Amino acid sequence: MTSPRTSAARRPIIPTGTREIDEQTRLGEVYMHSLIQSQLRLALAVIGGCVIVLGGIPLLFTLVPATRTLSVFGLPLPWLLLGVALYPVVYVAARIYVRNAERIEAEFTEFVGQK
Amino acid sequence: MSPATSLTAIGLVIVATIGIGLFGLRISRTTSDFYVASRAVTPRWNASAISGEYLSAASFLGVAGLVLMNGADMLWFSVGYTAGYLMLLVLVAAPLRRSGAYTLPDFAETRFESAVVRRICSGLVVGIGTLYLLPQLHGAGLTLQTVTGAPPDVGAAMVAVIVVINVAAGGMRSITFVQAFQYWLKLTALAAPIFVILISWRSADHPVGLLASLQGAGAEWAEPLSRAGGRDHPLYATYSLLLALCFGTMGLPHVLVRFYTNPDGRAARRTTVVVLALLGTFYLFPPMYAVLGRSFAPDLVGHGADTVVLELPGRIFPGTAGDLLGALVAAGAFAAFLSTSSGLTVAIAGVIDQDLLRSRLHRWTGGDYVAVNSFRIAALLSMTVPYLAFLLTGSLSLADTVGLAFAVAASTFCPLLVLGIWWRRMSTTGAAAGLIVGGIAASAAALVNVIGGPDGGWPRALVGQPAAWTMPLAFLAVIVVSKLTPDKIPAGTALSMVRLHTPEAVDVDRGLPYRSS
Repeated sequence: MTSPRTSAARRPIIPTGTREIDEQTRLGEVYMHSLIQSQLRLALAVIGGCVIVLGGIPLLFTLVPATRTLSVFGLPLPWLLLGVALYPVVYVAARIYVRNAERIEAEFTEFVGQK
Repeated sequence: MSPATSLTAIGLVIVATIGIGLFGLRISRTTSDFYVASRAVTPRWNASAISGEYLSAASFLGVAGLVLMNGADMLWFSVGYTAGYLMLLVLVAAPLRRSGAYTLPDFAETRFESAVVRRICSGLVVGIGTLYLLPQLHGAGLTLQTVTGAPPDVGAAMVAVIVVINVAAGGMRSITFVQAFQYWLKLTALAAPIFVILISWRSADHPVGLLASLQGAGAEWAEPLSRAGGRDHPLYATYSLLLALCFGTMGLPHVLVRFYTNPDGRAARRTTVVVLALLGTFYLFPPMYAVLGRSFAPDLVGHGADTVVLELPGRIFPGTAGDLLGALVAAGAFAAFLSTSSGLTVAIAGVIDQDLLRSRLHRWTGGDYVAVNSFRIAALLSMTVPYLAFLLTGSLSLADTVGLAFAVAASTFCPLLVLGIWWRRMSTTGAAAGLIVGGIAASAAALVNVIGGPDGGWPRALVGQPAAWTMPLAFLAVIVVSKLTPDKIPAGTALSMVRLHTPEAVDVDRGLPYRSS
């Protein structure tokens, strides 16, 4: 043997992420746990924003009664907020959420991807 | 209003609906086609279809009616109907699609490995669906009565028959096209009269200002929390309503079935974003009808508020223009009843077919039956109960009744889905406990409301908007019982979590794809 394939023989078997997940090892569970936690944190952030924005409006009307009749651009503030302004806000929140959720998934796929 | 023009328009909607349904019959061949359109519907079609199916009698007629009658607090209905999709997006859209299940009971059975939990879910799908179909039938009766003077039974029977024929004939595939078409029809029907009014008033200086009813003396109804409609405890009612609508949407049977037609989890998310844009556009219009109604149809405030959308074009433009616009609106209203009722009927029929009928038919006929026929019989059954309920109930507020269906969904399927997807220590017993506790509490409140509940004060507020107490109760039941029964955590939970959360691009073992019995 003139040229032993030392490099091939020494290459360790690298356990990849997908195998860890399939075999439900401790490491695989850590991978899954971190994916779920990141997605859950993102979801809770969006919900938190909704609680503040949507939930804050009735509170504002209660605590500052003047806002109930305040006129903005010729429209009463409550009608402007509830009839028009909240829809684009909800849409933008959804766009931001999707971008971040897809980023988390792309990172996860890259991290554990190869089999 | 001229009945002939409106009847022609309604007739056209019915013909178009059945026509597209029959076209679907030729291309749907197998049971899988029937259920989820073979999951090959593109996100844009699917988003139009989801919105088309979602915008029911409550959105098309009911929101304007409630705002007209009870004022600014009712604007939360349309906000909540929309925000519900945001909650659905962030909490369940992608995982639910990745679960690979067809229906809510399928999801429950694979996640919790229990036929009992499945059966409770099936019962709830039928219950929520029936509660949701009821106001659709009332809306149909009301519309035909407003247009022609026919008794309400006629319109309701018409919608019931058409929906059953259409669902039995075409299943889900044709429904997808019908629904997508009906979203755009509904938006056009609701927006066109408003644009015509705005344009005509720009050219001719109209004596009554567009916003007159929002300003000055007598504009108390335009203020939030003013109790304009005689509803007590408006702050509680607002929060409770918002909770029911935001967290009930994800638990509506027809909404979930529609999500399975997305090809993957990513498409499910992107579809939802398009849905939010479509819904937001639609909901700009109902409040305008209410504002105009205060000036031009004040007599409807006390009685018949739900007809304001139908009445307004004729009141503002007597003559041909009003007739044509009135006919367009009536057609849009019928599109609303047909699309939502069809979606609900597909969902309920799917459950009745799988859980009640197919095994029995198999036994009775000794295996000599066709699966699709079982689905057709189920479609007929799923419309029978709501129609009987329609005959037994008097007039009811469309949007309020739909709100109760949301409250039941928020108190049952919402905890099941949210905790089932995100909490790995949820036990099967906990799942059952949550469904039972939330289901009983919310259904009892809904039932009291439909029969005619308490007149005022806290009892009426708590029963009229139950979600604020029934939903936390259900979550609490799931969490406490799950903590007490750690040995009942499903053995396959880890694999379920992999299936629900890993993106499709990752090549992992997701367990066996679920096969329904």
